[in-house]
Amino acid sequence: MSRAILDVDGLSMRFGGLLAVNGVSLNIQEKQVVSMIGPNGAGKTTVFNCLTGFYRPTSGTILLDGQPIQGLSGHMIARQGVVRTFQNVRLFKDMTAVENLLVAQHRHLNTNFLAGLFKTPAFRRSEREAMAHAAHWLEQVNLTDVANRPAGTLAYGQQRRLEIARCMMTRPRILMLDEPAAGLNPRETEDLKALIALLRNEYNVTVLLIEHDMHLVMSISDHIYVINQGTPLADGTPEQIRTHPDVIKAYLGEA
Amino acid sequence: MTLSTKRLKTAFFSALLVIAVAYPVMGLKLSTVGIKLEVHGASPTVLWTIAACAVAMFVWQLFRHHLAAGWAASPSLPSIPAGAGGFLTLPSTQRWIILGLVIVALVWPFFGSRGAVDIATLILIYVMLGLGLNIVVGLAGLLDLGYVGFYAVGAYSYALLSHYYGLGFWVCLPIAGMMAALFGFLLGFPVLRLRGDYLAIVTLGFGEIIRILLRNLTGITGGPNGISNIEKPSLFGLSFERRAAEGMQTFHEYFGIAYNSTYKVVFLYLIALLLVLLTLFVINRLLRMPIGRAWEALREDEIACRALGMNPTVIKLSAFTLGACFAGFAGSFFAARQGLVSPESFTFIESAIILAIVVLGGMGSQLGIILAAVVMILLPELAREFNEYRMLMFGVLMVLMMIWRPQGLLPMQRPHLELKP
Repeated sequence: MSRAILDVDGLSMRFGGLLAVNGVSLNIQEKQVVSMIGPNGAGKTTVFNCLTGFYRPTSGTILLDGQPIQGLSGHMIARQGVVRTFQNVRLFKDMTAVENLLVAQHRHLNTNFLAGLFKTPAFRRSEREAMAHAAHWLEQVNLTDVANRPAGTLAYGQQRRLEIARCMMTRPRILMLDEPAAGLNPRETEDLKALIALLRNEYNVTVLLIEHDMHLVMSISDHIYVINQGTPLADGTPEQIRTHPDVIKAYLGEA
Repeated sequence: MTLSTKRLKTAFFSALLVIAVAYPVMGLKLSTVGIKLEVHGASPTVLWTIAACAVAMFVWQLFRHHLAAGWAASPSLPSIPAGAGGFLTLPSTQRWIILGLVIVALVWPFFGSRGAVDIATLILIYVMLGLGLNIVVGLAGLLDLGYVGFYAVGAYSYALLSHYYGLGFWVCLPIAGMMAALFGFLLGFPVLRLRGDYLAIVTLGFGEIIRILLRNLTGITGGPNGISNIEKPSLFGLSFERRAAEGMQTFHEYFGIAYNSTYKVVFLYLIALLLVLLTLFVINRLLRMPIGRAWEALREDEIACRALGMNPTVIKLSAFTLGACFAGFAGSFFAARQGLVSPESFTFIESAIILAIVVLGGMGSQLGIILAAVVMILLPELAREFNEYRMLMFGVLMVLMMIWRPQGLLPMQRPHLELKP
C-alpha cells in the first residue's frame, strides 16, 4: 500500500451548539480518486472547508504528507498543493477565460515590480510561459475557442471545466471538487469523468470529490466515504458501499 | 376622476413645498446691525419670483403626464450611437487620446497666460492624486477616504527635509514618495482585513489623525502655521528666483536672458506634467502585470483568490502602498509649488474631491480621471463669482452624473490579454 498523502484524524467542527462535523477520519493515498457522499446537509462541504483552511477545525489533525496543516490559512494550504473548486462556480466573471488561468498562476510568475515596469527579458519569458501553460490547459478542457471571452458569458458546463483548469494552473497535488457534476447533462458528466481520469493518470493528481451523482461516484472512485449528519457512517470500495446495509438505509434507500 | 384628484393633490403639495423651501432660504435676509442680527423681508421681486416658481411647479405637476406622452411621441433626439461610446472606451483609443492630450499639454504653456498655466499645474496635481487613488479604489476596489493623509505625508516630508536639512526638491521627491508608501504600508497592515464601509471609516479616521498630528506637533511642524519658505525646485542646480541663493546660479543669468517670473511657473508646470506622465506610465504597466490582474481578481472574488493560493492581504497592501506613494510624489510637488504647507491644506474635503474625481471619471479609467480633474478644478476657478454655490454645483453635478452616466464619464475597458491562435 502506498503512502497516505492526506491523513485526517478525528476532524470535528462545531458552530456554537451545532456539531457540523463529528470525528471524520480520511486516509487518502496518492493518485487515488476518493469520493465523499452523504445526504444534503451531512457536513461534506464543511469537511472541505476545514481541509482547505476556510474554517479552522475545532479539533482533529490533518496531515499532508505527514505535515500538520490544520489551522493554516486558506492561501497557505493552497500553496502546499491542496486546491479546491466550489459548489457554486466562483470564476472571475469579468475576466476572460485565459485571464482566469493567468491569475491562478500568480504565485509562479515573475511578480517583481521593476521587472514588470521595464519589461525585462525575464519578465517577458515568465509571461510567455504562463500563456503557454494556460493555452495547454484550455486545450485539455476543450475551451480554446472561447479563450478570449469573459468567463461569465460561458455556458455552465464550460464554466465548470474552466474552474477545474484554473485549479490545475496552481500545479496542485490534491484537487478537491465540490459537486463538479451538479447541473451537467449526461454527456458533460461523461466528459468530466474522462477529465478526472486524465488528471489522475497523466498529471498525478489525487482527487477528492463530493458528488451526488451515484453513477459517476461508483464508476470512478477508488474509495468512498459516507457521512451522515456529520458523523462517518461507512467507508470502503464502491462495491462494499453499494452493499453496505447502513448506507442503503441512510442514503441510497431500500432497493 | 380619482387620478386627476391625485394629480391635483400632488401638484398642490409640490407648490407648497417650493414655497416652504424657497421662502426661508431666499425670502428672509439676515443682516448684522451692530452686534445683533436682524431679520428683514426680501425685496418684492424675490417674493414674486418665489410665487411664480410655485405656480410653475403647480402647473408642471398637473400637466407633466401629457407632456411626457407628447415627448415620447416626438422623434427621439439623435444620441451618441452605441458604437461610438464603445469606441471611446477602448484602451487603444484612449491611449491615442491621452497621447494627443500630452502633446497639447507640452506645447500650450508657451502660449498660455501665466494664470492659466498656474491653474493647469493645480489640475495636474489633482490628476496625479486621482490616478494614485484610482489604483486603490478603481483597480483594487478598496474605498479609501483618508487618501489626503498620504498627500500630507509627502508634502511634509519635503517641507521638513528642506527646512531642517536644506535638501533640494529632486532629492526629496523619491524620499517623500517612499515615506508616503511607508505610511501606506504601516496603516494598511492592520486596516486591510476590514471590508467595504468599515475600511472607508477607518481610513477616514487615519487621514484625520495625520492632519491633527501635524497640527499639534508644534515643535517640529510649526503647528497650524505650517512651514513656509520652502525651496522651489531647480533645473540641474539653476534657480528660477530673481536672485539665487548662495552657491547657486539663476536660470536667466546662465542663459543670459532677462528675468521673467513666467519661467518659474512654466517650469513648475512641466515638472507636474513629467510626474503625471510617470504616473500614467507606471499605471499602464501595472495593468498588464500579474499584480494588476491579481487586483482585478481580488475585486471580483476574494474567496476564489485565497483558494488559488494568493494572499489577499499582500495584494491589497501592494495597491494601498503604491497609491500612497503617488500621493507622496504629488504632496512633495505641492509643497514645492506653494512654498508653504499647513495642516489646513489637507482636510477631509480634499479626500472627497479626489474621490469625486475618480468616481466622476469612471472607476479605473485614466482618461476619465484626467477629464474629471479638469472639470472639478477648472469649474470652480472659472465660476469664481459663484464661489458660495460651489458645493451646490458639485452636488448638482453628482446628481446629474448618477442619472446620466452612473458608470462615470469614460469608464474603463481594461486591456485584455488575448490568446493568439
